[in-house]
Amino acid sequence: MDKVQQVGPTAAPITVISPPRGWIPVNLRELWAYRELLYFFTWRDIKVRYKQTIFGFAWAIIQPLFMMIIFSLFFGTLAKVPSENIPYPLFSYAGVLPWTLFAAGLDRSSNSLLQDVNLLQKVYFPRMLMPLAGILSPLVDFAIAFIILIGMMLYFGHYPSIVMFWILGFLVLELMLAAGIGLWLSAINVEYRDIRYAIPVLIQLGLYASPVVYSATFVPARFQTVYGLVNPMAGILEGFRWAVLGTKPPSDLLFASVAIILVILVSGAFYFRHREKAFADVA
Amino acid sequence: MTDIAIKVENLGKLYHIGQFAGYKTIRETLMDIASAPFRRLRQTGDGRQKTRDASPPNTIWALKDVSFEVKRGEAVGIIGRNGSGKSTLLKILTRITAPTEGRVEIHGRVGSLLEVGTGFHPELTGRENIYLNGAVLGMKRDEIKRKFDEIVAFAEIEKFLDTPVKRYSSGMYVRLAFSVAAHLEPEILAVDEVLAVGDAAFQKKCLGKMGNVASEGRTVLFVSHNMGAIQNLCESCILVDDGKLVEIGKTRDVVSTYSDKTLLSSSPLIERKEQKNAEFIIRAIEFLNSKGDKSDVLLAGEDVSIALEFLCKKGEGLENVHIVYNITSGGDPVAMLHTGYSHPFERVPAKGRILCRIPRLPLLPGHYSLRVRSYSNHIMIHEIPDAAMFHVGEGPFFESGMMPQYGSEARFLVDHRWELEER
Repeated sequence: MDKVQQVGPTAAPITVISPPRGWIPVNLRELWAYRELLYFFTWRDIKVRYKQTIFGFAWAIIQPLFMMIIFSLFFGTLAKVPSENIPYPLFSYAGVLPWTLFAAGLDRSSNSLLQDVNLLQKVYFPRMLMPLAGILSPLVDFAIAFIILIGMMLYFGHYPSIVMFWILGFLVLELMLAAGIGLWLSAINVEYRDIRYAIPVLIQLGLYASPVVYSATFVPARFQTVYGLVNPMAGILEGFRWAVLGTKPPSDLLFASVAIILVILVSGAFYFRHREKAFADVA
Repeated sequence: MTDIAIKVENLGKLYHIGQFAGYKTIRETLMDIASAPFRRLRQTGDGRQKTRDASPPNTIWALKDVSFEVKRGEAVGIIGRNGSGKSTLLKILTRITAPTEGRVEIHGRVGSLLEVGTGFHPELTGRENIYLNGAVLGMKRDEIKRKFDEIVAFAEIEKFLDTPVKRYSSGMYVRLAFSVAAHLEPEILAVDEVLAVGDAAFQKKCLGKMGNVASEGRTVLFVSHNMGAIQNLCESCILVDDGKLVEIGKTRDVVSTYSDKTLLSSSPLIERKEQKNAEFIIRAIEFLNSKGDKSDVLLAGEDVSIALEFLCKKGEGLENVHIVYNITSGGDPVAMLHTGYSHPFERVPAKGRILCRIPRLPLLPGHYSLRVRSYSNHIMIHEIPDAAMFHVGEGPFFESGMMPQYGSEARFLVDHRWELEER
């Protein structure tokens, strides 16, 4: 949209504003210059999230905990879904936890621009910060709910090992995926409000299309790559579970997922930049 | 380093109007995406998009062919009627929306005060909102920390720092919001109608603060309907009408053009909605100079009259009629002329003219607006803002013929005499 030769408070930058044309790459330098605002947006989301609630941050635990209990009862105890010899509650919680993070990030980021239309129409900043803050803020909930996972691991005698640090890698992948989809959906959402209704459906379907209540080993080996391509969360969830519980590590599934995540993220960024110029006029 | 702060060349902005303003069908969108790479290839040839003179159907040029320059340290007012394009211009300059054609070059950081309180979150406390809003407006965390006490003191909300702003009174809210924004230190500050809020005392404080900004050598762009504030703050002015730049120059001249334009385009009194179905209808208000001729330009110090032609709807007279004129300038009240103070009309005929004679007009040179209220038997019949406008020129009030302009130095003229005594 604009060429900013210099960004930052120290120098007097020269900004050239001209009609945007074609595809505009992400201005990483500008994003970096605005990193504090990203921090403040994220911080605001976290601060405001549980204001005027009785349970406050306990909600971060309540949601995944009750999902785990229901899943354990119906899928684990009654339907006897195999869980690679891991106690089913632990198995499903290790899936529910990253899934919740993904779902919350997707939900918040895709609605982020519309929630702050006011800001969009009054102040300039890289618009991308808003969906990105929506991705980052659920990390706090994740961290809180993670404590329960550690507690359950100790209870069921699955002591954490050094492999667990791989979680960080899978978290990064997950945030990249959420950011990619979030960029796509938030930009479309500004113009077509259908997205608002599509997201809950997407999240609900995604939960059952992903290896949360079951293991990805359910899917025959020759379809693993296809599965990873169609549902990139599959690779991440399997990887996460492997890092925490030492289940079967994902291979083809994960490679396929990583490839598609990169495609979604890059295309999402370009699409967002392409639509960005019209946000203030259309929203 | 040049002394140009903002350079605008042939700026234009096309808006889509109609039922699906700005919306495109999914098919169009997909076509757009698919053809975009090729479009770009084509454009590299001539580099520039061709200027489209005729607007496509269902579109409107909110701005067209606007070019001007603003020097570093200049305070420039942007005036125009509602919908004239002045806010669009400011939005482009602050990068909120992209232009359709043309080019803008901006030297320096731009801070915008487009609406106080933008980015405030009702659930967060005053303290938290100062940080959030500061960051939104482009301040660094250290900068906010450094100015924190100053911001709080200016807003006068010390006691409520840790209260969520949703519990603030609207006055407190506005004070805090303005205070944060006022402590921005960009090279260029864009301000849109923020002074329409808050009480008079705080408005004055804000104006003072903005005056400081301008005198510190920073560039100020100021959009407002308040001609008084514009005249106080800006040495030069841009007049926008119907998306085009009409005039750029000294504030006094541009404001004068603007007032004339508004005068010409305002609907005839008789059609004003305020007096629809009223029993007492004002047909016209005219200003008469000392010769008794109709004129919109009166001279300070001459004997003038305001003539009001009326008509009673029922064809019979009315009892106990009062007329009130409020003379204002740029939104500031200047004087009130009330029949109740001197001369009530116990009975007016069905049709006639009411003259209000003002000997030695004590108003300063400037632009004035008249608001009219009429009463019958102490019941208000109607109130018409901006019912008429007039211009006061320098005149024979003082023997020398010299006098200050309306504005910072004085509000009206006082008959006086100087004497020197030796003791």
